[in-house]
Amino acid sequence: MSELKLHDNGDIILETRDLTKRYGGIHALEGANFILRKGEHVAIMGDNGAGKSTFVRQITGVEQHTRGEIIFNGKTVRFENPMDARQAGIETVFQTLALADELDVPDNLFLGRELVKFRLGPFSILDYKAMRERTRQALEKTGVKIPNLRNTIRHMSGGQRQCVAIARTATFHSKLTIMDEPTAALGVQETAQVENIVRTLKDQGEPLILVSHNMRQVFDLVDRIVVFRRGRIVANLNKNETDGQDVVAYITGAKTGEEYQDAA
Amino acid sequence: MAEVSHGIGGLKFDASKRTWPNELNIFAALVLIILVFEALGALLLGQSLLFDSAGRFDSIFNEARLYIIILQVSIVGIIAIGVTQVIILGGIDLSSGSIVGATAMIAMSFAQTELVNGNPNPKAIFGPTLMDLPVIIPIMVGLSCGLFAGLVNGMLIAYTRIPPFIATLGMMVTARGVAKWWSKGQPISFPTQDYAVIGNGLGGWMPVVIFIALAILFQFILKYTVYGKHTYAIGSNEEAARMSGIKVARHKVLVYTIAGSLAAIAALVLSSKNLTAQAGMGIMYELDAIAMAVIGGVSLSGGRGSIIGTVLGALIFGVIISGFTFLRLDAYYQEMVKGGIIVGAVVLDQWRQRPSASRS
Repeated sequence: MSELKLHDNGDIILETRDLTKRYGGIHALEGANFILRKGEHVAIMGDNGAGKSTFVRQITGVEQHTRGEIIFNGKTVRFENPMDARQAGIETVFQTLALADELDVPDNLFLGRELVKFRLGPFSILDYKAMRERTRQALEKTGVKIPNLRNTIRHMSGGQRQCVAIARTATFHSKLTIMDEPTAALGVQETAQVENIVRTLKDQGEPLILVSHNMRQVFDLVDRIVVFRRGRIVANLNKNETDGQDVVAYITGAKTGEEYQDAA
Repeated sequence: MAEVSHGIGGLKFDASKRTWPNELNIFAALVLIILVFEALGALLLGQSLLFDSAGRFDSIFNEARLYIIILQVSIVGIIAIGVTQVIILGGIDLSSGSIVGATAMIAMSFAQTELVNGNPNPKAIFGPTLMDLPVIIPIMVGLSCGLFAGLVNGMLIAYTRIPPFIATLGMMVTARGVAKWWSKGQPISFPTQDYAVIGNGLGGWMPVVIFIALAILFQFILKYTVYGKHTYAIGSNEEAARMSGIKVARHKVLVYTIAGSLAAIAALVLSSKNLTAQAGMGIMYELDAIAMAVIGGVSLSGGRGSIIGTVLGALIFGVIISGFTFLRLDAYYQEMVKGGIIVGAVVLDQWRQRPSASRS
């Protein structure tokens, strides 16, 4: 009951009820009930094809869910496209980097929502100065290190690129950040850099959903672990009450959470 | 002494090592090519390509040749301004030459004068009511033709998702068909005085002035407006652009429409300059325009290039053609060398991309 009360208090930033996605006959996601509270960092884990990315795609408006409900910031929402989600305050760092290689850092941060000095439809004049200034603030806030803002993304390391993608969050004061395997393609140092940014977000009380395969990373960074298996949520574990072996058991199907017995 | 600037997060960088603008390389190439022709000229003919070698007192340049170099590239250059945007977008436009043909024919038929030296116009397309019209009418008709053709290109590419190569190839053949069908293959001639100004005004400098004005306008638009930013973004990573909320399909339609309209402007200038329109006008212009852009550093893989680069590419193009004439070489060699230069420019572009790709 206490959970319900929290909901009424508006402590919950994102909730999905019975969220379901089918591609033709394939049940990619089945009845997902998920809750994220303000300031909370939650990891989503699961094997390949367990429904993690499908789940993320429904929340971020990349795809439309077949059934169920998404409640974001107290309101039921249905995002037509990623821009809708972004405008509502959900910022996503995708597995495939959504950056334009030939553009520089401010251009990428403001892609699709450029600041303009003079409004003239598609020929509105860009306000480069303001965009650079806000980029600088955002990067400093998140602790991202980039030598030269005006270099194109092409000239940056994988870690720097990922940091730029993450820095969008800080630029637009988003209400929720979702990261889909942000360090999958990164080296050790670069991974540490990204993880530091995640910690900064935690300190600032920004809620986060982290999709990751990296057990160490998950236990380092988040408060709670939600395990997906075969399109269903099979466990909802508090980090302090579980361990790696336990999580693996859920991921592989050796174990299923009590409240999710019917899902197995 | 390296100049050290402060970056984000306490990092420093050497500001003098900032990426060298590619336009400077192209400018260097232009200078180099001129020097080669100067050297060959001095060696073989004892003459200079660009400088006065007739011993006149009032001039150091050979103005006549400078004029020809820039004039002969300005009309295709106008097309190249549109083609540059299409290539930066990650597309290609093969239809511009044919759009020039069709637009020239249609616009010219609305620009005819009724009486030629007191006799009825022998090439008249319409009756007297549609002759001696104010010049704005053929201009608007011509612009609409190009705009419409570009719009069709853009719609096909954006909404049926067929490759730009195929869509514009179709338009290339269709528009050429329109150009031939319009007057059943007959040339259309004898425009009004006002229409003739478009290509001959300002003492013959009008095409150059139009070219330069459009180049400045679109250089500004590409660099300083949302339109330009989105064009680069889509060419650089279309998926990222879409995920960032850019209306990719709508933007593509806009870019192709602008390219079509620029081809129409080229058609107006060309038909006015020649005082006639023929169905075969503009053949191969699309390839020359693409070549100018590519030589000017516009990357065929999209996302990179600028109008300044294309203008420099156009000048390189003009210098080479004039240089060959100057050296009294056959026109056949011109085409062979032109082909080689285009391939060379693309190879160079690929090569430039490689070191940065291996860096990450």
